[in-house]
Parts: sequence; structure tokens; C-alpha cells
Amino acid sequence: MKILVCISKTPDTTAKIAFTDGAKKFDESGVQWIINPYDEWYALVRAIELKEKDPANIIHLITVGGADAEPIIRKALALGGDEAIRINTDSADSFSIAAQIAAVANTEKYDLIFTGKETIDYNGASIGGMLAALIDAPYIPLATSFNIEGTTATITREIEGGEEVVTVNNPVVVSCQKGVAEQRIPNMRGIMAARTKPLKVVEPAAVAALTSIESFELPAPKAGVKLISPDNVEELVRLLHEEAKAI
Amino acid sequence: MVLVYIDHQDNQIKKSTLEAVSYGAALAKQLGTDVHGLLLGAVNDDLATLGAYELKNVYQINDAVLAHFDAQVFVKTIAAAATKVGATTIVFSHNQTGKALCAGVSALLKAGLVTGAIALPNTSAGFVVKKSVFSGKAFANVSIQTAVKIIAISPNSYKVVGGASAAATTTPLDITVTAGHVKITAVHKTSGEISLTEADIVVSGGRGLKGPENWGILLDLAKELGAATACSRPVGDAHWRPHHEHVGQTGVQVAPNLYIAIGISGAIQHLAGVNRSKTIVVINKDPEAPFFKAADYGIVGDAFEVLPKLTDAIKKMKASA
Repeated sequence: MKILVCISKTPDTTAKIAFTDGAKKFDESGVQWIINPYDEWYALVRAIELKEKDPANIIHLITVGGADAEPIIRKALALGGDEAIRINTDSADSFSIAAQIAAVANTEKYDLIFTGKETIDYNGASIGGMLAALIDAPYIPLATSFNIEGTTATITREIEGGEEVVTVNNPVVVSCQKGVAEQRIPNMRGIMAARTKPLKVVEPAAVAALTSIESFELPAPKAGVKLISPDNVEELVRLLHEEAKAI
Repeated sequence: MVLVYIDHQDNQIKKSTLEAVSYGAALAKQLGTDVHGLLLGAVNDDLATLGAYELKNVYQINDAVLAHFDAQVFVKTIAAAATKVGATTIVFSHNQTGKALCAGVSALLKAGLVTGAIALPNTSAGFVVKKSVFSGKAFANVSIQTAVKIIAISPNSYKVVGGASAAATTTPLDITVTAGHVKITAVHKTSGEISLTEADIVVSGGRGLKGPENWGILLDLAKELGAATACSRPVGDAHWRPHHEHVGQTGVQVAPNLYIAIGISGAIQHLAGVNRSKTIVVINKDPEAPFFKAADYGIVGDAFEVLPKLTDAIKKMKASA
């Protein structure tokens, strides 16, 4: 079985969010970059577990980005995976990223494609759905568990107010979230092995973006907290009812 | 034409759909065009009542294949329908269903997509939609450059505007639907619970509650308020509460009217999941808890003492109202 895991580079969850260039660009100064947590903790780790169960499985990692994305893809390879592909172009919007990955997927013919449920920077939650549509494969979003026997996958996915269990034959595109796997820490052997794993750089397909970011804004600061004595909860109830009109 | 996807579950139209319809109606007015709905399958609700939200007409594709959700099949059907009726803007709720569909439709139609939109677009020059980014820590204004545009609005970010005295018409739409590959084998409903992303009020607990056996006082408060319950990441990781209740940057992002945080310190990752809540109440015995900086109202006190008193006070307030 051939598995593709889509990897995105995102700012660390504790990174200070600020903008430069007239609020047109994310301020990257001093920012630590990480593998998008959903891609790493759930999508990648589940793929690795499938390979541990059956060493014949092959895992490819893919990312769209410049050379600055290589430390992240090496870090992903340190966790596991056989080889990585970097599509050498700046990621413009979700559609252009999905179309670039689709171009590779159409030639490589993967049985399973895993993405994280969204990235923690642009929160698009779109790559999996777009990719599935572009390669005409079934799409199971927001998976909370993934198992496969032969060519039939059994997947639990989140629906509003509950979960749904589905079965589907591969190929299939799955967006992964909590429940699919548990976070792992790379070990020294993995880090050493990652140095020599193949990292293929491919030139981008001709794809135009459909959207562009005009500017960013930060939320207005809070006015400050109104503290109420723990012996006077009636006052909190009154404020919530009369002032905030929340209850 | 603005086309709004009519999402439904258990044969009922969802609240998030009414938000999307209200948004679509306001957008149609802004663009000087009509607003229609698109329903795949059937519902028990009377579709004419959607006229109250200024929806003119619902296109319905009632094919037996559509009785079961399969994103691949639905995406193709929606894309074909949107082309057939000449939709220029398609509106989804960015709920679980919207997340399964909007991206695929965008890719098939090569229509620019903004997910997690929180306001009507600015159409004074171009078509610019404001969305939440960096897990709620900032906003981006995204320009859609294609002729057909898709907007998926964040649940609880647009007010339902009802009350119009018109009835919506229903028009059957003939689209060839091909069966898909996904079989639904089981559905587990978290029965009796209020959906976290749709809830008006969310009551959330953290490590300050010390253990799963202490959740009763929180559940009492939630019940009194008709609130959904949530928790912080450590609580989800320790399996004190089901992981689908985990709110934060790597969990569910919520935007209720009222978010009550009990015994949660307010790590930046947690705040990212809740900072679009309209009013935030923090109850924590540590006055230095960072959450107080993000709160509108705070009580520095022991949750085990404050919560039962608060539940009582709300009961009394309701009785006298």
C-alpha cells in the first residue's frame, strides 16, 4: 500500500502573532516553525503505525514550499516515512497547494492520502476536500479513528452531535484529527535516519491561485475584566442578564 | 444568484443553515440579486418557512442516493446544480458538513473559497471576505478573484434574521446523481447533549476541577443554562471528559454568546479556541491565571463553592423573570 501524508509548516502554537508590511504579511521574525500539529500528531503517526503493522507499506511525505520548508520535512522524516517530496513553490492559496499535490498524486497513484484536519495558521480545512475532488477519490473529513483490512478502510468521523462509522475501499483521502493516533517524539535513531532519506524536489505544475490575502487584522483588545466577589454570585448573574444580555 | 446549501440532519434543517440563509439573503441584497437554497435529499420541515429568512426558493434534488451522506457524491451534485442554476456565490455553513463539501465544490468549479468567514464581504472594490486565522488570534481579509465565489461562514458568527412574511417556493432540480463508494455502518449520537459549535452558551472545565468525579457541579450549571459542556486539553488528554469536548487551538473552536471557564488557567492555545466568544466568564482560585486578562467577568474563588451558588442564583433569577 502506498500512503501519502501532506505536511504543512506552521508557526509554533505559542508564536506571537504580528504583521508587517502594512499588515499585509505575517511577521516571521523570531517565529519557531513546527509541523502543523494535525499533520504530525495524527496523519503522520497513523501512517507510521500502518507501516509498523505491515513493513511493505510505503509512506511518502509531501509539502509545498520553498527550501525553508526542508527542516520541517526532515523533522517529519525523523518520525517516520520512506521519502519526502517538496514541490518547489511558495504556497499561494489552498487551491494552488491542493492542485500541486494532485498533480503528484495523479502520477504516483496513492492508496491512502492523509491530511491534518486543518492548519493552525490559515485554518482553511480545505486541502483534503480539494485534493479528493481533483483526483476524484472519496473524502472522509474529520476522522477520529482509521483502520484498514485489505483494501477496505473503516473510519470513524465526527458529525454534528456525534460520530459516524463508514467503510470505503481505497483510494481514499482522509483528514485526521484527535483520536486517529497519539503524538510521538522523534528519537535519535529516527533523526539520524532522516538525514539520508530521499527528499525529492519537484518543480511546480502551472496552477493559478483563486484567492489572495489583502490584509490582516488583530482583534480589538478586551476592555478589562470586571471582578465579582465569590460571595456575591447574584451580582454576576445580574450583570450577565442585564449588562451582557448573555443569559 | 446567491445559492445557500441547506444542511440537514435527522430530517431537520440545522440552526447553522438558518445562519447561512440569513447571511445569503443579506449578501443577495448587497449584490442586488436573488437568494435561493439548495437541498439534497429531503427534510420533514416545511421548506416554505425558509421564506421567513428571505429565501425566495429552494432547489431540491431528491434522489435516493442522497439519503446517505457521501462527500464525493454530494460535491459533484452541488457543483452540477450550481452551474445549472447559474449561481455566482455559493454559501455554506462551515460546520462539519460544510467542511466536507465546500472545498471539493471549490476545486471542481475553480471557484475561489473562503472558509471560516465571519462577516459579509466588502464589495466596494472587488470581493473581500473577512475570516478568522491563526486559530482565532487574528483575522485575514481575503480577496476572491474568480467569477463564481464560495463562502463558508463560521457557525455562530452571523445572526439569524427571521420574521419576513414570505413563503419560499420549492423547485425540483433534475441532476444525474451517481452512487458513491462510502457506506455508513453506524452512527453514534452523543444523546441529549447540545452541539458544542452551535451552542449559545458553553460551560467549560479544566484541571482545577481535580478529577472527572467532580464534574457534577459543572453539569448542573450547564443544565440550568441549557449550555453545551467543554473542557481544556489536559482534561481531554487525561480522559476525564470525551476528547470531542476539547476546546482550543488543536481542539474545537467555539464562538458562543457566553463562555464560562471553570478552573482553566487560560493557556494561549486554549484562548485561541474561545476568543471569539462574545462574553467570557472566568472562575479560578488563582488570581494570576492568564485567563482573567481575556475575560469580561471574573470570580477569584473556589469552583467547588462558587458553582453550586451560581447554579442556585441562576435558578432564582429564572424563577423571578
